[in-house]
Amino acid sequence: MKTIKRTYLALILLFLYVPIAVLIVQSFNAGISRAKWEGFSFRWYQELINSPSIMQALYVTVTIALLAAAFSTILGTLAAIGIHAMRKRPQAAMMTVTNIPMTMPDIVTGISLMLLFIFTKVERGYFTMLLAHITFNTPYVVLSVLPKLKEMNKFSYEAALDLGATPGYALRKVILPAIRPGVITGAMLAFTLSLDDFTISYFTTSPLVQNLSTLIYSEARKGIKPTMNALSALMFVALLVLLLVINRRTADNK
Amino acid sequence: MTDMRVPAWGWWLMALGLAGFVAMLAITIRRNRGVRRSLYAWPYTLWMVVFTVLPLILIAYYAFTDKAGSFTLENFANFWDSNRAMKNDLLRQGFDPNALGMGARGTVNVGTLVYSVWMAFLCTVISLVLGYPAAHIMADREFKLGATIVVLFIIPMWMNFLLRTIAWMSLLEDNGLINTLLQGMGLPKLRLMYNSQAVLLGMVYNYLPFMVFPIYNSLSRQDPRLSEAAMDLGADQWTTFRRVTFPISMPGIVSGITMVFMPSVTTFFIPRVLGGGNTEMFGDLIERTFLTADDWNVGSALSLIMMVLILLSLGLLRKVDPEGEGGSLI
Amino acid sequence: MKKLLIVLLAAAMLLPLLPVQAEGVVNVFNWEDYVNPEALELFEKETGIKVNYMRFTTNEDMMVQVRTNPAAFDVVFPSDYVIERFVKEDLLMELDFAQVPNADNTLEWLKNPSYDPDHKYSVPYMWGTVGILYDTTRVQGPIDSWQVLFEDTYKGEVFMLDSIRDSMGLALKYLGYSMNTQDPAELKAATDLLVKQKQDGIVKAYQVDETKDKMVAGEGILGVVWSGDAQYAINLNENLAYVVPKEGSNVWVDGMVVPRAAKNPENALKFIDFMSRPEIAQMNCEYIEYSSPNQAAIDLMGEEYLENPNLNPSQEVIDNCEFFHDIQDRITIYNTLWAQVKNAK
Repeated sequence: MKTIKRTYLALILLFLYVPIAVLIVQSFNAGISRAKWEGFSFRWYQELINSPSIMQALYVTVTIALLAAAFSTILGTLAAIGIHAMRKRPQAAMMTVTNIPMTMPDIVTGISLMLLFIFTKVERGYFTMLLAHITFNTPYVVLSVLPKLKEMNKFSYEAALDLGATPGYALRKVILPAIRPGVITGAMLAFTLSLDDFTISYFTTSPLVQNLSTLIYSEARKGIKPTMNALSALMFVALLVLLLVINRRTADNK
Repeated sequence: MTDMRVPAWGWWLMALGLAGFVAMLAITIRRNRGVRRSLYAWPYTLWMVVFTVLPLILIAYYAFTDKAGSFTLENFANFWDSNRAMKNDLLRQGFDPNALGMGARGTVNVGTLVYSVWMAFLCTVISLVLGYPAAHIMADREFKLGATIVVLFIIPMWMNFLLRTIAWMSLLEDNGLINTLLQGMGLPKLRLMYNSQAVLLGMVYNYLPFMVFPIYNSLSRQDPRLSEAAMDLGADQWTTFRRVTFPISMPGIVSGITMVFMPSVTTFFIPRVLGGGNTEMFGDLIERTFLTADDWNVGSALSLIMMVLILLSLGLLRKVDPEGEGGSLI
Repeated sequence: MKKLLIVLLAAAMLLPLLPVQAEGVVNVFNWEDYVNPEALELFEKETGIKVNYMRFTTNEDMMVQVRTNPAAFDVVFPSDYVIERFVKEDLLMELDFAQVPNADNTLEWLKNPSYDPDHKYSVPYMWGTVGILYDTTRVQGPIDSWQVLFEDTYKGEVFMLDSIRDSMGLALKYLGYSMNTQDPAELKAATDLLVKQKQDGIVKAYQVDETKDKMVAGEGILGVVWSGDAQYAINLNENLAYVVPKEGSNVWVDGMVVPRAAKNPENALKFIDFMSRPEIAQMNCEYIEYSSPNQAAIDLMGEEYLENPNLNPSQEVIDNCEFFHDIQDRITIYNTLWAQVKNAK
């Protein structure tokens, strides 16, 4: 029974990883063809470093993800504290507003924002893409912080005030430490979502400002060059290392 | 180097918003010793109104108006009969659609919607069938590697989803890896790509983790004593699963279904790459209507229909899981 | 940890401000993979003007972008019928040809084209035909007619263009009609043909730029392609050949135009003139392998170009082909019929 279970899991993981393995192997292929192996080479890694459009897209992707995560974490955390302190009715209203973007299909979110920008005659580009990313990230932050607030002792904040703490001090010293795990989860979630988003970026940017997803999309039509594979292989390794480091740190803390 | 200037009004708006917020806070803190904490939600409220509610109103506006901006239900009629605009054009230009054999009701839009829902349904069922056992095995107390495997499920999601889909193309092509292997073993080649099975495969591949996580979460939170108690009371393994474990994992299942079904209905790109553009899904249809046919009114109507559909199916799921616990993602 | 995070965030906040707006820029909106990158570098080096290069894959997508965001582009590369459309919509700027002396190099027969009759708005960049690219080792009998695209012989082995005008156009040509027909009955007949082609399972996929690479890899037997893509594929796989079917086909021109709303019209003209220079036009032509509208560049390329029938088709072939014209009055009909084709089961 045990072997069956393990084999099953192994098969599912195989299913998930075969295409990724293919991607990585192709990045070392000397030829351009996807199907034919023409020898091992670092050719595509060299081309990657020399490709301004890919480096540019990487830059846009990473800065947008960082900025959007930072901004939506602040906005969302404050919002969660506020919503938590609200009376029942306004709270319910806020929760509905928060849930709308989560239940909206990406394509509708993207298109509705595109319509907004065109309607208000705002030129689409880096800035509009950033606005869009903050918009779809923030509700996730709110929803990951709220449960932590609910777990918190209701009276500790008021106790702090009674003991003479200023509201700002109480916020920093009482509320924030208690909800920190939720804030971190929210920030991570926002960063990841923003890094991988295609649909919403596609509709809210101009052809002038491309992130990795929209660049890949426009290249996909004529056949992706293995430079993209080289990039994703590098990202894969980087993320893996990051993950191992985080794991090690948490293990140490224990 | 791309052009990344933030327009001047953007900075002004941000500065103004920030200043307003700080001023508001300062005044309140001065007035009452206890700050009304609900004020912290104000920037967010404003943000959501401008970037979520307003755009939705715009969609609704376009959906219910014609090109000149006056009220009409024509766009929805266009959904039902995709030939309607064409027939009106023909009549206006002095042709008789019926005489030309072009009078029939166009089923493209409705057909695409039905096809998308069907594909999303299949994708959800397959993900559930594949994902539930996996989550169940991972959540088993005796299985020590559960947490590691969760991470292994997450990592592929960090690779760009377009690239992962394209990687499947190299596997499935007529001269792709799988067929080359088959040929090497002396077996006939298979047509693996350019059909809806390939699209389905791409969808399951992309959305399977979204099914596994919530189920794993709900199962691993379960108190192991519950099933032990059931066993002690004489239930066999199957009964224990059916009467104890399964009901407990219900919120996870509902959440998984939601998270797989929703993005699957609106999938676009996958049909184009793996399906060879042979059939459109509703996402492709919306995109084409906006960006190729340049018809915002019909496009908005289609988007609205899509949203209503999703809200309806969410409502249906709520009935199964009335506490709404299923929403927990993390 | 916390401090590190703050530093990182602060850095991220500053990043977008770093690229200073260059004094001279030109925003170029061109087809995917449609310029020799070296030519752009040379232009930047010589003039000091920064090129912001953006790409599109179909005329229809590009039209939407230009209409919704005209000020974002200084030079656009639309096809003939789109130029005609843009002129009607009053989106284009009249070019000051005194600043584009190299425009004189244009081939005589393209100097007053029907899409820009007074030669006011555009300078031709490339031209070519639409035809069939085929795998000579797997076809049966000669390929010289659109007929083969509708035969059971090649069931499941045909790549069609995912482009409304081109696919409808070839079906119309095969039936003996004009590619620019306004007659709904003829459009209906063409649609029926394409629907049947799909229902019979002859079509493998509808795609645009992917076809050339897939034909090189032997993924299909017949593919409808533009002549330059055909040349690219033939260079990589000698088993491939290209033909413009005898029923006639589409001859097209991609021109360079400047939107009326352009922010850097002077730089745009400099860019257009640079691209029309004989050596630069030759460089682009040899890189993307379409036909050049530039007589001086053709002179530079000499025999090799002149003797290649794919790049330099005979006058007979050209005379048998048609330009696309704007069919705005029938656009809804076209879109609707094409959706019927794509979704036929």
